[in-house]
Amino acid sequence: MKLLEKVKTYNTQIGLTFIALLILVLFMVTAPGTFLRPRIYISFLSTTPFIGIAGLGLTLVLISGEIDLSFTAVMAFAGFVFATVMGFTGSIILGILAGLAAGSVVGMLNGMLVTLIGIPSIVVTLGMQFLIRGATNIIASGRATTLTEISGTPMYNILVGEIGGVIPAQSIWFLALAVLIWSLLFRHRFGDHILFSGDNPETAEMMGISVTKTKILVFTLFGMLAAFAGILDSFRLRTWWPTMGEGYLMTTMAAVFVGGTSMFGGEGTVYGTFLGAFLIGSLEAGIVAAGLSGFWTRFIYGILILIAVTVHTLLRRRS
Amino acid sequence: MKNIHKHFGGVIALRGVDFTVGDNEVIGLIGDNGAGKSTLQKVLSGLYPPTKGEIYIRGEKINPRDYSVKKAHELGIETVFQEKALGEKQALWRNVFLGRQPVGPLGFLDVDKAKSETDRIMKDFLGFTGAGISPESTVSTLSGGERQGIAIGRAMYFEADLIILDEPTNALSVKEIGKVLDFIREVKRRGKSCVYISHTIAHIYEVSDRFVILDKGKIVDRREKGDLTEQELIDELTHHAAKSEEGADV
Ligand SMILES: Nc1ncnc2c1ncn2[C@@H]1O[C@H](COP(=O)(O)OP(=O)(O)OP(=O)(O)O)[C@@H](O)[C@H]1O
Ligand SMILES: [Mg+2]
Repeated sequence: MKLLEKVKTYNTQIGLTFIALLILVLFMVTAPGTFLRPRIYISFLSTTPFIGIAGLGLTLVLISGEIDLSFTAVMAFAGFVFATVMGFTGSIILGILAGLAAGSVVGMLNGMLVTLIGIPSIVVTLGMQFLIRGATNIIASGRATTLTEISGTPMYNILVGEIGGVIPAQSIWFLALAVLIWSLLFRHRFGDHILFSGDNPETAEMMGISVTKTKILVFTLFGMLAAFAGILDSFRLRTWWPTMGEGYLMTTMAAVFVGGTSMFGGEGTVYGTFLGAFLIGSLEAGIVAAGLSGFWTRFIYGILILIAVTVHTLLRRRS
Repeated sequence: MKNIHKHFGGVIALRGVDFTVGDNEVIGLIGDNGAGKSTLQKVLSGLYPPTKGEIYIRGEKINPRDYSVKKAHELGIETVFQEKALGEKQALWRNVFLGRQPVGPLGFLDVDKAKSETDRIMKDFLGFTGAGISPESTVSTLSGGERQGIAIGRAMYFEADLIILDEPTNALSVKEIGKVLDFIREVKRRGKSCVYISHTIAHIYEVSDRFVILDKGKIVDRREKGDLTEQELIDELTHHAAKSEEGADV
């Protein structure tokens, strides 16, 4: 009885875990040379955290009943602010703080336009996406910035170094942030506010919760998370590129939806996003290693997304 | 409440309403569609500031600028709605404690306490035993009557002295309506007060001590239950409705 209840509550997560295991076994069978050795997994741990961290923020925004398409531009913008401020001040810490602040401000602006003016978030953040990407390009004159001076610094090792010479530090950051976001969402007062704002804003208001404040905070938090992902990516590449993050929009959204968070607000899963990020992040390498040409990647993404979302929807309807 | 006015731009929803709720009484608030019942309820529960007028709670004058849902809760005024009372996709325990969660120093929830207290509300106040509902059930798996029960139980748990119900029996089956009416009687038995808004005179008549009739933003009559039968109340309402129809024709 108790166990059955638990299974019902977590059926989305359990379903996704099975899909992930299935795909893993499939890869191991078709490309044992690659998937029975640790190297490919280390490579996933190195590249996946960027869409993963953005995915965590997107999960919060979706649960609050909104969407944010501007985060890839925010990643580039924050990376640029980081590189520039660091260049001027010579301080890595100041650069990071400035980058995080820049991302938060953009997020807050998104939230304010959505809640105070009342523009649908898909429109606001689409516009913001172009605006921020464009502004960054104008200021940077479209040129990349090399950041070779950061390699080997303590901050570099903390953010993207290799722990024990093996584990990429960014994967630990992703894990820690996932735990933090989960606690915030499901074990903190603020999480209740997010859940109810997305579920039924009138209920939330009736119980004395400010939906406006909650949503602005959620957008701000996502801005900060996207900024962190952008800064992290700049560290990893030791270069800031004006195109940074451009490939991440569709993959991040795919990771979150494959993970089982719904478009309709009020419900979502942090565990799902965590697993979804690794699924999406490993697919391309897996497909190529399995001997298929890169052309197959998108096709198989499509199949995975549609199957996962169908399973999630059916499970949700049954419970 | 004294001389309450509420305007929405050009629309005048309330024009000078004096409304008093005594200790341990159930008031039936009746009126046609658009009469201003829900607006009055929202002013009373702190959701809308009145355009003009005074609010007194236990004899003390309340500054409308400091009045809010939170403040109303602190002063023991709770509201129960038909569909908007609960978040459908959330667990019962989250619903019960929304806005008033038991938390630790950093704002982290005391989940065990919230769950065990929810369990207690369901058993002690509402008599939900077994029946496959637990504090972890999501609201969407509950029937309409059970949902209203949770919303009313929440109000009782937080020691509300006044519970306002706005059409709590809309779209419920006869049996479920019976449950909601039982909850209202339970509120009265515990020495608390109720404002009950509905279009169904039979239910209002059954549980209320007094009736207040609202028409076009004004109170047009106040009656004691002892003074009239259910049929007389219905006749009176029809009379007011007819009069305002005439008014509308002119
Ligand atoms: N938020 C609002 N903005 C503008 N006008 C409003 C608003 N809320 C209510 N009104 C108007 O105020 C008047 C009274 O509405 P109210 O909802 O209080 O009526 P009611 O008595 O509850 O009616 P019903 O029985 O249909 O629920 C109506 O004319 C309505 O259109
Ligand atoms: Mg109404």
